[in-house]
Amino acid sequence: MTNRRDFLQTTTALAGALGLFISFPLAAQETEKASRPSYPKDFNAYLRIGPDGRVGCFVGKVEMGQGSMTALAMLAAEELDVPLDRVDMLMGDTDLCPWDGGTWGSLSVWQFGPVLRGAAAEARAVLLQLAAERLGVATVRLQVKEGVVAVLGAPDRHVAYGDLVAGQRIERHLQDVKPKAVKQFSLVGKDAARKDGRAKVTGAAQYTADILPPGTLHACLLRPPAHGARLSTVDTSAAELVPGVKVLHNGDTVAVLHAKPDVAREALGRVKATFASSPSTVDDASIFAHLLKTAPPLKELVAKGSIAAGEAATEHRHEATYLNAYVAHAPMEPHTAVAQWDKGRLTVWASTQAPFLLKSQLVQALGLKAQDVRVITPFLGGGFGGKGGAPQAIEAARLARMAGTPVQVTWSRKEEFFLDTFRPAAVVKVHAGLDKAGRVSYWQHDVTAAGEAESSPVYAFEHQRIRSSGSWMGGNPPGMHPFAVGAWRAPAANTNVFASESHMDALAAKAKVDPLAFRLKHLQNPRLAHVLQTAAKAFGWTPKPAPSGRGWGVACAEHRETMVAAMAEVVVDRKTGEVRVKRVVVAQDMGVVVNPDGARQQVEGCVTMGLGYALTEEVRFKNGQVLDDNFDTYRIPRFAQVPSIQTILIDNPDLPAQGGGEPAIVLMGALIANAIHDAVGARLLHLPMTPARVKQALKA
Amino acid sequence: MAMTISFTLNGRPVSTDADGGRMLAFVLRNDLGLTGTKVGCGEGFCGACTVLVDGEPVRSCSTPLSAVAGKKVLTIEGLELNGVLHPVQEAFLDHGAYQCGFCTPGMIMSTVALLQNTPRPDRRQVAESLDGNLCRCGAHVRILAAVEAAAAKGGAK
Repeated sequence: MTNRRDFLQTTTALAGALGLFISFPLAAQETEKASRPSYPKDFNAYLRIGPDGRVGCFVGKVEMGQGSMTALAMLAAEELDVPLDRVDMLMGDTDLCPWDGGTWGSLSVWQFGPVLRGAAAEARAVLLQLAAERLGVATVRLQVKEGVVAVLGAPDRHVAYGDLVAGQRIERHLQDVKPKAVKQFSLVGKDAARKDGRAKVTGAAQYTADILPPGTLHACLLRPPAHGARLSTVDTSAAELVPGVKVLHNGDTVAVLHAKPDVAREALGRVKATFASSPSTVDDASIFAHLLKTAPPLKELVAKGSIAAGEAATEHRHEATYLNAYVAHAPMEPHTAVAQWDKGRLTVWASTQAPFLLKSQLVQALGLKAQDVRVITPFLGGGFGGKGGAPQAIEAARLARMAGTPVQVTWSRKEEFFLDTFRPAAVVKVHAGLDKAGRVSYWQHDVTAAGEAESSPVYAFEHQRIRSSGSWMGGNPPGMHPFAVGAWRAPAANTNVFASESHMDALAAKAKVDPLAFRLKHLQNPRLAHVLQTAAKAFGWTPKPAPSGRGWGVACAEHRETMVAAMAEVVVDRKTGEVRVKRVVVAQDMGVVVNPDGARQQVEGCVTMGLGYALTEEVRFKNGQVLDDNFDTYRIPRFAQVPSIQTILIDNPDLPAQGGGEPAIVLMGALIANAIHDAVGARLLHLPMTPARVKQALKA
Repeated sequence: MAMTISFTLNGRPVSTDADGGRMLAFVLRNDLGLTGTKVGCGEGFCGACTVLVDGEPVRSCSTPLSAVAGKKVLTIEGLELNGVLHPVQEAFLDHGAYQCGFCTPGMIMSTVALLQNTPRPDRRQVAESLDGNLCRCGAHVRILAAVEAAAAKGGAK
């Protein structure tokens, strides 16, 4: 039966989830610091070779659509010299896979790739030694092809990996084995079909909601109508009349459970509850003044040269304030978890980007030993930063313990919009000047509420000051945001690049210089210049100062070591204010590209998803209530809005593989704003650039 | 009170005692074990739960079980025949027309219905008929290409 301590803990944890000032990265850092986990050195942790020669590849990353299942398998297959289809990926299972910090930040290939390659390269070298001993020749006389080691010049003398290992753990290790050089790659760098394809087109791919252990009850939790609204009274009697329903209730926690999820949801609707009103008084219009008022003082990140000296040499000043709304992650798969207890051991299946982080949170929240918790992540139906935390998994684990049965918690779409950790609304003030020669004389960028990433300009300005206050990462004063905020695909960068690349464009227009030429004039980074020129060539860019009436826009960014530039063509309907994006060209230098087709998919995804925050997506709210609670009013990009997208990946074998899941999305706000300005001469300063805002800007 | 509702599911007759007022998506997933149909929004706005009823695409999260009595229901699990993928599935696979895959079953079912009614749709017709199928990963350009490729290969089988 229910134990009181459990209830108290539930209440506290749910208060966290409902009270909403928790942010996972902070928690992540703390947890990691406490136990200091790291990637294991032993390659056996990542690779197991079966007697049939199939390679089991175990990684703690998750597949959420970004294609890392395929890219990581390619890296392992490449280093081991086995065919890609012989590698079986097992991902995100804390019992079977080595520790991982979480799947986010476009890190899977860039940061984890070298770890996996190193493990596979060492395994291959050991296998080669074992084969040399078996075949009685020196390793230099051996070659590996498709997992079979053969003597050079005597191909009938061979032994397969599967026979060498016979399913055993390899005890031998070698130091300093170098992974292959780029020119030795035979698989990496070529288009590969995704390993998850067949399962996904047949409906066989399993997501967390598809995990249904016998006896599972589906739990629906009572949520307040507004953030900060405390439960006053509750009457569950009508819900309890529904046959098969179980109600668990203590404090603010009210859960209705039933063997069928739809019946549980319907029964939850019969719970009569009253709540105190939310103390929050801000809405989506007043939020920007509120953020400026409540944010901590700006912290200086960059101080280069002297703003005063730059101002003294200034001919034209230009100041602007850029705003962006809160946006939702809105993955198609809602947050879901299944928890099952077996003799004190807890297994949780969860839609989470960070199974190991969730495991440590479960250990802490439920007072368990680490060895008594297993987290398994089936396929994720999208994450985008929104599934870094998995509070639904803690809810499921507690409820399963109380109910004595496996419990599934699947958030409704309304809960998804209510409990999401939104991308923060933010304010960026940029002021800058042009000197007599039409060069930028100084640059000041003050960002409030978004965070620091990519707040520094990519241009070589002599005098600059960059300041930031508040962040998606948390640590904000209570009440600054009326609900939770968190990482949203390329956190902070979308906001900062919208401001800086819009401002750069406005300065180019003031200088009456073509915006591409203006950028190139101020760039010292040859890789960035190269992607701009590559995009221009593919786009067919011809120089003209904006507004040219053509509706052409340009923007560029450095996302860590990935260089990205894009050009777009838009059509603006002056009467309705509607913006139609006709085409987008993206050029990206991300170093070595593991799976070019996969990288193009990511760029296309960035462009398409980016059009949402640029044009239509905005979370509307009032007094703690989230007014958008489904896709009827929260408009994510649809087929009719999607432009043609051309992606050019720069061949750069000199730089190790970088991330590709985020770079292009950071451009989309400025890219479209600049194209709108070029079309109609109106500068949009507020994302999303809805028809109403476009019309307003046209009037100004 | 309990009434048995019978219909044809992926070519086979089925009967269920489930309450006819319950929505089809949950009966398929939780009573009949076909979890390929996804529930993304629960209110018919996202299309992830699309199945065909007598050849027409419906949002199974908002279609009561009673509405399919005596009818033919086709889900994503019913497309593959004897290990051979449906041409629309094949086209989605060839074009990498999915990322996370959660919208994919509904996307494919909507496409199958479209090509049955309009074997050679133009881009505007595709966009219109898939307007209610949402994809958050941004696989749209691939999906459009896959639909056109499936149409070109006579995907309306």
